[in-house]
Amino acid sequence: MLKYILKRLALLLPTLFGVITLVFFMIALAPGDPARVMLGERATADSVEQLRHDLGLDKPLYVQYGLYLQRVVKLDLGKSIKSGQKVSEEIWDHFPATIELTIWAMIFSTVVGIIIGVLSATRKNGWIDFASMGGALMGVSMPVFWLALVLIMIFSVKLDMFPTGGRMNIRYYFTPITGLYVLDGILIFFKSGDIKVFISALHHLVLPAVALGTIPLAIIARITRSSMLEVLNQDYIKTARSAGIKESKVIYRYALKNALLPIITVIGLQFGLLLSGAILTETVFAWPGIGKWIYHAIEARDYPAVQGGIIVISTTFVLINLVVDILYSIVNPKIRLS
Amino acid sequence: MKDTNTRETLLSMENVNVSFKTHRGTVRAVRNLNLKINKGDTLALVGESGCGKSVTAHTINQLIPMPPGVIESGKVIFEGRDLLKLNIKEVAKLRGEKISMIFQEPMTSLNPVFKIGDQIAEVFMTHRQISRKEALKRTVDLLNLVKIPAAEKRINDYPHQLSGGMRQRAMIAMALASPEPGLLIADEPTTALDVTIQAQILRLISDLKKDVNMSVLLITHDMGVVAETADRVVVMYAGRKVEEADVYSLFDNPKHPYTLGLLNSLPSNEKYHNAERLEAIKGTIPDLLTIGDGCPFENRCPDAGPKCSGTFPEETKIGEDHSVWCHYLENQEPSK
Repeated sequence: MLKYILKRLALLLPTLFGVITLVFFMIALAPGDPARVMLGERATADSVEQLRHDLGLDKPLYVQYGLYLQRVVKLDLGKSIKSGQKVSEEIWDHFPATIELTIWAMIFSTVVGIIIGVLSATRKNGWIDFASMGGALMGVSMPVFWLALVLIMIFSVKLDMFPTGGRMNIRYYFTPITGLYVLDGILIFFKSGDIKVFISALHHLVLPAVALGTIPLAIIARITRSSMLEVLNQDYIKTARSAGIKESKVIYRYALKNALLPIITVIGLQFGLLLSGAILTETVFAWPGIGKWIYHAIEARDYPAVQGGIIVISTTFVLINLVVDILYSIVNPKIRLS
Repeated sequence: MKDTNTRETLLSMENVNVSFKTHRGTVRAVRNLNLKINKGDTLALVGESGCGKSVTAHTINQLIPMPPGVIESGKVIFEGRDLLKLNIKEVAKLRGEKISMIFQEPMTSLNPVFKIGDQIAEVFMTHRQISRKEALKRTVDLLNLVKIPAAEKRINDYPHQLSGGMRQRAMIAMALASPEPGLLIADEPTTALDVTIQAQILRLISDLKKDVNMSVLLITHDMGVVAETADRVVVMYAGRKVEEADVYSLFDNPKHPYTLGLLNSLPSNEKYHNAERLEAIKGTIPDLLTIGDGCPFENRCPDAGPKCSGTFPEETKIGEDHSVWCHYLENQEPSK
């Protein structure tokens, strides 16, 4: 197993090299001069040239590429043109918010999606099946920003149950430890016995997580249903039933574990997609995540920031895929040997 | 010949009718079926694909998917109780406790994502209050009993690591994990195995049957398997029972034209020693959607007459334990 993981990690290097190269050339070849954009329309040709020189943009492309590679290998993502801050620090400030939101959205969509999928499969063509699959279709078709607004309208404005946005009540301001506020809240609770941070963080997470998790939930529910239906027709399910194994055990242990492979694939892909920036959700809920940050970086042609952001996101995506592959081999013993 | 009539009856099916409601109409899979299994006996249920053998078996432990399946009428008496009147919980308790089942495809009948040992141990733990450790210990004993070599190691194997024959042995072990093995339903247990393995598995089932005094309902289309293992035989055609006899009478004196056809098409038949082709039964089985009340074999029967399409024939007793359902027995030349 360890050998397998190490082998897969080694295979990450060429993938990442490809990603880094692609990112560099895609941005460098995109139209528009960052120096001009930053200095504005009325800047003189001299000052633009000066800035181009300072940023290294006057050098030939291959030299820029070489310098860029050199920096990336040293894990130096450069400085943001816009803010002058280190890109890695800015990412470090924004990524945890996205990770936290994604994790909770995925927990929500995975748990609810699998339960709905299993219930529809075991009650095929019953009312639960029709209702949940109809709901799933709606969930997939709904634009996420619209759903987010509706949720805010109902649960924040009308019912006043949840806040409209942000990650925390500012009164409970604290210095982030991990950057994942719910986790920080737990740590603070164990340190000082103060549970307010934890509750406030969780409270702020509910609506954005539900909004962001709805589309993956619908997809997971549908995949679970079709995968379960296929597995429930297999001979070994008949074997288990004929041996008197309890029906609940037949479904949630014997069948579900076999049905998990396609479900894990979808969960992994969705996880990666959400991580790479839920721009709309983050914007509607004023969530200071990486999606919003990268969007602003693109707007400002902040090359180093965009490059750094994409590298971090792609690396995460590739790592999630590795985790998915490892999970495969845990779920399906046939994959383990090959 | 064993005197099968004086032995105690373990299971009897009386006038069982099973059909499947499809969008094209009702498929009458089993019609007016009566059969009886004595304690310690092997009853073979013979017939070609789609004749209702497996439906009959699944009626006993109620594994027929409902819907679309409907058990329309009849009784299945097992140890004095009508199984069709039990509720779901009681049926589930009976499954694996007294009635076990093994299937045709050992490749697909074991759960691919669980270890062999765990799957068998689970059956132990379902029906007895024992720990996992104890259950695994008993599993090893069982695997030894079904002659799986190095059982202590094999319990940690996944199904794909075993050969077909070994998997079928594991299936049999699982069936034996029931606390009181009374009836083993073997649905074509050797069809997917090659001939040498087939013989080993059949011998294993016969030996175990004696050891634990269980009865076997053997479903097969292979007359060779019937001759080797069965005490009594029921021949089915298109959902109907057409002939029933102890195994000796059936092979000595087959009466129904369909039984004759089955035996005539065996490659081991003497007349094929120099023949180039086997003699097949002409035609195909009727569509169960549109089948009438007459004899279902009429369209393929060499002896068919005017009475056949009207009603299904009454029972004709040929011997003490030999009955045939045919209108025109007198037309047949004795022993083809």
